[in-house]
Amino acid sequence: MTPTLTTDEIQRYSRHLILPDVGVEGQQKLKAARVLIVGAGGLGSPVALYLAAAGVGTLGLIDFDVVDVSNLQRQILHGTKDVGRSKLESARARLHDVNPHVRVETYETRLTSANALEIIRGYDIVVDGTDNFATRYLTNDACVLLGKPNVYGSIFRFEGQASVFGMADGPCYRCLFPEPPPPGSVPSCAEGGVFGVLPGIVGTIQATETIKLILGIGETLAGRLLLIDAQSMQFRAMTLRKDPACPACGTRTITALIDYDEFCGTPGADAMDDIDDVLEITPRELAARLSGGDDSFDLIDVREPYEWAIARIDGARLIPLGQVPKLLSSLDKTREIVVMCRSGVRSADAVRFMQSQGFARVRNLAGGILRWSSDVDPRVPRY
Amino acid sequence: MAISIVLPRALHQYARGTNVVSLDEPCPTVADALASLAARLPAVTDRVLTEQGELRPHVNVFVGTESVRFLDGLETELADGSTLTIVPAVSGG
Repeated sequence: MTPTLTTDEIQRYSRHLILPDVGVEGQQKLKAARVLIVGAGGLGSPVALYLAAAGVGTLGLIDFDVVDVSNLQRQILHGTKDVGRSKLESARARLHDVNPHVRVETYETRLTSANALEIIRGYDIVVDGTDNFATRYLTNDACVLLGKPNVYGSIFRFEGQASVFGMADGPCYRCLFPEPPPPGSVPSCAEGGVFGVLPGIVGTIQATETIKLILGIGETLAGRLLLIDAQSMQFRAMTLRKDPACPACGTRTITALIDYDEFCGTPGADAMDDIDDVLEITPRELAARLSGGDDSFDLIDVREPYEWAIARIDGARLIPLGQVPKLLSSLDKTREIVVMCRSGVRSADAVRFMQSQGFARVRNLAGGILRWSSDVDPRVPRY
Repeated sequence: MAISIVLPRALHQYARGTNVVSLDEPCPTVADALASLAARLPAVTDRVLTEQGELRPHVNVFVGTESVRFLDGLETELADGSTLTIVPAVSGG
């Protein structure tokens, strides 16, 4: 049933109503539309804000996270007053302020194989604003199974990608990337950093594509992969084709959702296993030895120079992880060595490597400089 | 024969900061171009090809705007002036 526009909505959307290709009919389509945004973070923020401003009638938001101060550099849905608050509560309040005519339906949970079909079924279009491969493949497969367009966006540091998957004759995510990378090989935003404005660019592109799909105007990114380089401000479009051998949208051999953590080799579980198998020293133990004047060991920091510039532990020597093999000969194998990094994962890799090269007295600083900050010296900035 | 290979910034750390590699030697196919790339920047090619020399499933190589997956794979022929673009999967959001 075509929704009517109230007097307030006519005023609010007047710049759309007088726009060719939109008009009253187009605005009514927006009001009738139901869009699910997976993730209320970097990408989800501009998507949600612009879809609400445009008058999309129902926005579904799924996220389970709480606003952290480090989010505010890019997740523009949230503000300083929201730190510690559920992202969905923060989003609901902000979106209601942008446009009280929009119904916001929230799902404070992870999207999983158990709930994805039920949740997605109730929406017309899905926007992928997730931050991990497992959820991207899950979102893709669920959209293919249900025949829903999947507006894709992803980012890494200064570069982004955007496309529209899941159209009837178009490719899906698996046509582009049949399998995920090995677990841990692509850093997250927390590990690798992200240019704050980048999700703003990519997310706004996703919002644009979503609105075009609803209105049925223009040429969407279905069948194209848009590559965005924010440093050079170059945009390149590659051709994407539907792969007839794709198990999701080609041969349709995927008829049910799978275990995506297993498919992607969830880094969380594996990383914890990897850390557990190396000998550790806690920050408190290290602090006790340092303050006691113990100089019987060397403290090696394998972070990058730009991290060293943010925070360091006095007495550490910086050898970025990539240079460890080259500079190994400068270390004394007979001395005890404590290796540290930001959270203890990279340093665990370094410890394992050094052990393989005959260093028998190496330990990993458990929890890295982050745990040093929380347990020993809160003046050391967390980042 | 002039071939350009555009690298994503995600691989710049393995490419000594280079974002475009220009090849002057003959590279009749994509495989030849990647072999030339490997000779100069093995750390980059390690992240594009498996040990068996196959394209990693989370990486795409485009010749112009077409993915080699829909051409002749690594045996896709190249013309003088071809531009290859390497596009790995990223998942940030």
